[in-house]
Order: sequence, then structure tokens, then C-alpha cells
Amino acid sequence: MAATGVETRRTLVLAGHGMVGHRLLEVLVERGATAEWDLVTFCEEPRLAYDRVGLSSFFNGSSADELSLVSPGFFDGVGLDVRVGDAVVSIDREARTVVAASGARVTYDTLVLATGSVPFVPPIAGKDLPGCFVYRTLDDLEAIREYAAGCRIGAVVGGGLLGLEAANALRSLGLETHVVEFAPRLMPVQVDDGGADVLRRRIEELGVAVHTSMSTTEIFADGDGAVAGMRFAEGDDLEVDMVVFSAGIRPRDDLARAAGLDVHERGGVIVDEACRTSDAAIFAIGECAVAAGRIWGLVSPGYQMARVVADRLLGGDATFSGADVSTKLKLMGVDVASFGDGFATAPGSESITYADPVAKVYKRLVVTDGGTRVSGGILVGDATAYQTLLQMARGDMPTPEHPELLIFPDVAGARSGGGTGVEALSASATICSCNNVSKATICELIADCGLTDVGAVKSATRAGTGCGGCVPLVTELLKAELRKAGVEVHNHLCEHFAYTRQELFDIVRVHRVASFSELLASHGRGRGCEICKPAVASMLASLGSGYILDGEQATLQDTNDHFLANLQRDGTYSVVPRVPGGEITPDQLIAIGEVAKEFGLYTKITGGQRIDLFGARVDQLPAIWRRLIDAGMESGHAYGKALRTVKSCVGRTWCRYGVQDSTSMAIELELRYRGLRAPHKIKSAVSGCTRECAEAQGKDFGVIATERGWNLYVCGNGGMKPQHAVLLAEDLDRDSLIRYIDRFLMFYIRTADRLERTATWFNKLDGGIDYLRRVIIDDALGICEDLEAEMARHVATYECEWKATIEDPERVRRFRTFINA
Amino acid sequence: MTWEDVCAVDDLLPDRGECALVAGVQVAIFRVSPNGELFALSNLDPFSRAHVLSRGVVGSKGDVPKVASPMYKQTFDLRTGQCLDDPSVAVPTFPVRVVDGRVKVGLP
Repeated sequence: MAATGVETRRTLVLAGHGMVGHRLLEVLVERGATAEWDLVTFCEEPRLAYDRVGLSSFFNGSSADELSLVSPGFFDGVGLDVRVGDAVVSIDREARTVVAASGARVTYDTLVLATGSVPFVPPIAGKDLPGCFVYRTLDDLEAIREYAAGCRIGAVVGGGLLGLEAANALRSLGLETHVVEFAPRLMPVQVDDGGADVLRRRIEELGVAVHTSMSTTEIFADGDGAVAGMRFAEGDDLEVDMVVFSAGIRPRDDLARAAGLDVHERGGVIVDEACRTSDAAIFAIGECAVAAGRIWGLVSPGYQMARVVADRLLGGDATFSGADVSTKLKLMGVDVASFGDGFATAPGSESITYADPVAKVYKRLVVTDGGTRVSGGILVGDATAYQTLLQMARGDMPTPEHPELLIFPDVAGARSGGGTGVEALSASATICSCNNVSKATICELIADCGLTDVGAVKSATRAGTGCGGCVPLVTELLKAELRKAGVEVHNHLCEHFAYTRQELFDIVRVHRVASFSELLASHGRGRGCEICKPAVASMLASLGSGYILDGEQATLQDTNDHFLANLQRDGTYSVVPRVPGGEITPDQLIAIGEVAKEFGLYTKITGGQRIDLFGARVDQLPAIWRRLIDAGMESGHAYGKALRTVKSCVGRTWCRYGVQDSTSMAIELELRYRGLRAPHKIKSAVSGCTRECAEAQGKDFGVIATERGWNLYVCGNGGMKPQHAVLLAEDLDRDSLIRYIDRFLMFYIRTADRLERTATWFNKLDGGIDYLRRVIIDDALGICEDLEAEMARHVATYECEWKATIEDPERVRRFRTFINA
Repeated sequence: MTWEDVCAVDDLLPDRGECALVAGVQVAIFRVSPNGELFALSNLDPFSRAHVLSRGVVGSKGDVPKVASPMYKQTFDLRTGQCLDDPSVAVPTFPVRVVDGRVKVGLP
């Protein structure tokens, strides 16, 4: 890159770091544009791009971090510069320079406007009173949450998609919730009267009051000057404590306007099919742009525009000529979908409707050409047919002889065998519209990379990583492709056991199986192998079978567990004493130093805050350990698929930022879970404050101190495929924290595959973090008592394997290099 | 053929290997259940060039008794030394027998 010379580098300024802006950066980075472009991004909000579509999950426990769209380290790359909390305030087109709120000036070769939109607030009296809010940013949501704490009743102005999202948010905050819509029905853009009626009844069932055909004329205040009620052109006043406006959006085109770019009379920066504005050096994408004649208020067309601009910058000729606005969403738990020509506007269209007022389901199928072609539809209450119908409307799948059967309930298998499965899709069919991934792309990658699980398909193709709606389709496609390739789709542990690890674990647990040979005789065949023997040994150990080298168990262990040390590439072993929480005494350091010197061992500080001693022969191990144990140390289980370390920062005792004693917590956790055998190694960390010096969010379970307690993160991973941990629960006291970790670890041990880290296990978990919360926190499976009991047994029966070894001459005898010398 | 005395049969744990030094050569010896059959292979793992085969997990593939190298987990037929994952690789084998409860390894 240096060879191309500094003078050839160009600068792209991106005004706005929302979902669409960030997608542009991602595509540019992916396509190697940073080799010649410096990308300077202005991010007005105090945080980087986040998932605005998933905003309402913020009220169901998602943190701002979880909503983030930016992978850790993204902006560390060459050519990437982001100015958080700073916005472009003017453009000097002549000098090709932008000026930011901070006063910074940046000269550009190309400028991309991705400034998004602002919520439309109708011009009614009282709209600015304390207690009036809009619903757009995380800051808005935080303000709503804070204010709602002192409220009883809330109203949302606007019964569209975003309005219902906002209503759901108020409902989750425990407010009596009203929705006020000017039009005669809810979601007037997406659904027809029949659909809106079902939607309304379903929402009313949830306790939300719906007022349609109502125009608000005034919001009035009480004596304190805060919102007290709403007045309408029709009907009585409504008493409310807060109002959220969610009545549509207006493009943010003020920058463009001031710079003299062409803007639409109803707002929005006018762009051509290349997404270029009236100034060839300036592009506009997302909700601030009028592309193909209109504003596109959905994220998927915005992403398409981002791709078009990226392609243009790299010399391509991609165009944006409009987008499919088919949508499927879940609003307050109600499926709502509309696709294609749902309102039957094309000449010659006919509608077939199915309405079940009892089950509250409404489906409308629009057909053309005498009923031979599906062209659109509306589904409310049950959108299971959405993917299939959408593909038909797009022409990617043939319409069957009786399309009406597709919207009727599946009576006596009416729909089976109709050839509507994923195999009927054409190769060019779009599976994931968020990321524009076709069926052909997915099939090719499945074949070329030998992908066999959905997690791998998602990371290789990005399909299913947007809204996630196509994941079932991706799963179906994967299964179909594997079947075609003759890959037998099963999850058997190995040739000796026709069970998954989870099934085997249940068998061992429920039947109290005590040995491998017993299990092989009752549920297996052959003599076992290097896969099933260590796997079963691990299960027996997790369930508390005692010293892992007693009797037959000795023959099951992989060499690391067999010699309680780590095999190195030359056939020698390494030794790691436990250093709980990284806390070690000077005398222990001296003892380690003396042992290393005497046995000629290479020493290295590990990433987990311990000391590794390398180069020991099998026959030296007991002598080494006798010395370490005499100095008060114990096995660190670095050799086991077990808990490794609980890393920690120094915490409140020393650190001026710490809010809790992270070191003591790390020690407590490490001592509690030490020696716990699992499907794979388990790493953990505890940070004493939000600065997160212990990197707890990259661990299998990580704990971060807050002012009020501890936040528990799970299923993170460093290593080969880094993955950010997800927040399981917030502000826990010590007892709840430990209870949840107990349950989490035991649930993982019960259900994960062999050699599956928590991150991979989590990615395969149906229902993701919500499901995990239901199991661990709400005890939806009713197993938490068992899980806690299993952990209690582990804690009570733990012993240091090395102490148990050196105290028994028979056990020590096994540590020999040669049996005859 | 000379037969070198190595150890008592009972010194060998069923389904676990031991290494013996026989005339300067490292030999991995296995006693396999259920019948206590004995096998002897070179201890040198040809893939990692480390003397570790005696420390591998013993098992079966179909009817073939095998040992898996503890290093990178390739497996070898205990009877023939043939690598089961790579047909071009095999490790040397040694004759082994029991006389009066003692294990003897044969050297040419």
C-alpha cells in the first residue's frame, strides 16, 4: 500500500453514522476501498451506529451495547476515522470542505450524506411541553424511560409501524397505553381494513387502547406545566401523563438545502440512480434521500443505496431504481406482513381473503393473470406463509395450481407435497434481503466451504445476520443442500454412540451411569475411541465421579488429563498452578522460580494472569507438584476442558475508578468453579468498573461491576473467532450473580456439543438470549433447582487433583517415562 | 530374534499404553480389552516427530483396534501400524508375547 504513495489517497467524508452510514463503511472495508480511501465519519449521536429497528428491545433488557452494529475494533483499521459526538454543520462545495460542530474542517474528494430523518411532530399546541417525547434515538428512549417512572398513563400519537413500536415500549414500562391515529385504521400504509381490524383486536387484547380517526388538537398542561391531557377535534379529552410522537418521519436535508443542493418540495435530497446529488462529488443515502422518486423509510432500501455508492466509489456502475418494501414484523407479539401488491392496485388483480375472527387471523392473497400468479398479500396474526408467498410474488417460485390453499389453515396436509419448499426457489432468489444474499450464493458457499451448521452459514454469507427473519429459510436451505450432497445430517457423537452429546449426558445423568463400559454396554457398540472416551470421561467428571484417574477412568482420558499437565509439541508437558484472580504472594512467586530453576523449565506469563512452566517430563511432574503444593498452590486445570482462570482487574481497593472489589469476586468465582469439567474450556473475568480492563465481555462468562451490583455477560469468546458476550442480567447482588452463573454453567454443560465453546453453543441456541434468560432467570424449563444442586455437589466435592495424586504412591507410580527403565 | 523382557503383564493397564526402552528404541506397548491382547508399535508419532504414541487413547474403528496420537489425533491400526487417516503412513510394529506373566518384545 505504501508503494501507491500518499498523494493518491482520497478522502471520503460520511455525514451520519446510522444503520445505513455504517453499512456503507462495512461494504467499503469489505471491498478493500481503504487501500485508496480515507474514510472520515461524523457520528452526531454520542454512540456509534446501533440497531434502530430493534430499538424497542431496549425496554426488554437489551443494552445499548447489544444494539451496537459496530464490531469491536472496526475503527482501528487503516483509513478509518470516526468523530463520535460531532456532526457536519455546513458544506463548502467550492472548497470541498465540511465544517463540523466542533469546528473541525475536513476536505473531501467525496461526501456522502447519511443524515437520516427526524420524527415528524404535528404542529399542535403544547407539543413541546415537558412530558412530550419523540421515538428515534437511544437518548430519546432513555429520556422516555426516565420520565415514565413517574407516570401512570401514556399516549402515542401515530398508529403506524413506529407508533406501535413506541406503544409497546410504553407498555413494557408498565404504563396504561393509548394509541391515537388520525387515519381510520392502524398501519394504514401496510395493511387494509380487514387486516387492521384483526390487528386492532389483538392489540386491544393486550390492554392497549386504540383510538382511530382522531386528530389531536392540543396537549394541555397541569399546574406544574407538564403534560396532563390531550384534546381532540372529535370526542372527549384524554387524561395522560406523557405523549410520544411517532407520526412519521421527515428527511434531514437542512445541510443539503443550505449548500444549495436540489431538494424535493416535500423534503429530501434528490439523487439519481447512482445516489448522486446535484453535485457530482456528493452522494446521499438512506432516509435523507429522495431516490427513485420517493423517501424509503425502511432499512433494506437504505442498505441497497449504501451498496450502490460503495460500488460507484470503486468504479462500478451499480444503480438504485427502487426497492421491495415487503415487510414482515412482529408488533407486540402480533405477526404483520405485507408484500408485493398487497392492495391489489394493478389492473386485473383479484383478492382471495381468509379471515378467522375467533383465532384473530387475517390473510389476503392478491393474484393476477386469472389466478395463476401470486402478486402480493397482507398477513396479520399468522405470517408463516410469508417467505413462500413473497418468493412467488417476486417470481422466484412458481405459483401452484391452487394458491388459495397457501393462506388456508393446513387442514389434513393440504399444503404438503406442493413443491413450495426451499427447493422450488430459483437460484437467483433473494433469501436475505437485509444483506442481499441470494440462494445461489448460499448454496455455493455451503458446497465450497463444506459448511454444515447454520452458524457457519450465517458468518460466511451474512445471510440471517440482519433482521434474522430468513434464518428458518437458511436452515431449511442448508438441510436441503446437505441432503443433496449425500451428507447424512446427524449429530452422533461417533461410530460408537448413535446419540448427541446432550442425549448421552441425559442418559448418564438420569440412569446414574457410573462408568464408560457400563454406558458402552447399554447404549453403544464397539470399543470406544479417542472421541467418545474423553467426552464420556468429562460427563462423568461433571456429574461428580471423583478423582478422574481412578480405575477405568484413567483409560478414557486424553493425555493432558491423564498426566494432569499440558502436552507440548516435543512431547514434554507444561505445568500451570492456579493463581485465583491473578493474586499471588511473593513466597509463591519465589517457589515457582525455584522449581523452574531446579527442573530447568521455561517460564512464561500466560494471558490468563498465571505462570506457565514448560518442558517437564512425565516422570518429573509429581516432584514438581510436591514443591508447588508445599508452597500453598494447587492445580490450575490448564490441561482440562474445565474452568481455566477468572481474570480480574485490581478493583476498588487500589483503582481510583473501581466501583466494586473485582479481585475478591474473581477469586470467589475461580475457587467456586475450579475443576469443573465441561464440554470445552471455560474462561471468565471480572472487571471492577465499566472501563472493563479485565475484558470480561470476551469470556464464557464475564462480570462487570456497576454502582448497584454486578452485570453478568455470557457466551463471549476471544481466540479464533472473537465474539462479544451478551448481557444476561444487570445489577445483580452477589447471591443472584452466583445463582445465575451456577445455572448457566450447568445448563451449558448439559446441552452443549463436545468441544463446543459457549459462544458457538449460544449461536445455535434457538431463541438466543431471550431463551437463555427464560431458562436461567425465569426457570422456564423447571430445571434450575437441579442445576443448582449439581453445582453445589461439584463445589462440595472438589479436591485438587494433584494433591490427591501425590498423596498416593500408587497414583504417582503412573507418572513414568519408561516402564522398564 | 531376541526377546527383551519389559515388565509384568499386570503392570500394563488395560486400554492404556506404556512406553518401554528396548535396546535404545522407544516401543509403545498396549494391552487391549476385553481379551488382554498385546500390541507393540514404535513410540514415535510420524506426524509430530515426538515420542508420544504410548500416551494415546486406545479404541476401535469398526473391528480394527487402534490408538490415536495424543498430539494431532491421527489414528493407527495397533496390529499393523498402518495410519487409518493417511494410507501413505505407517509406523513400525514389534512382535510381543507373554512368558510366565512377563511381557517380552522381540527384536530382529
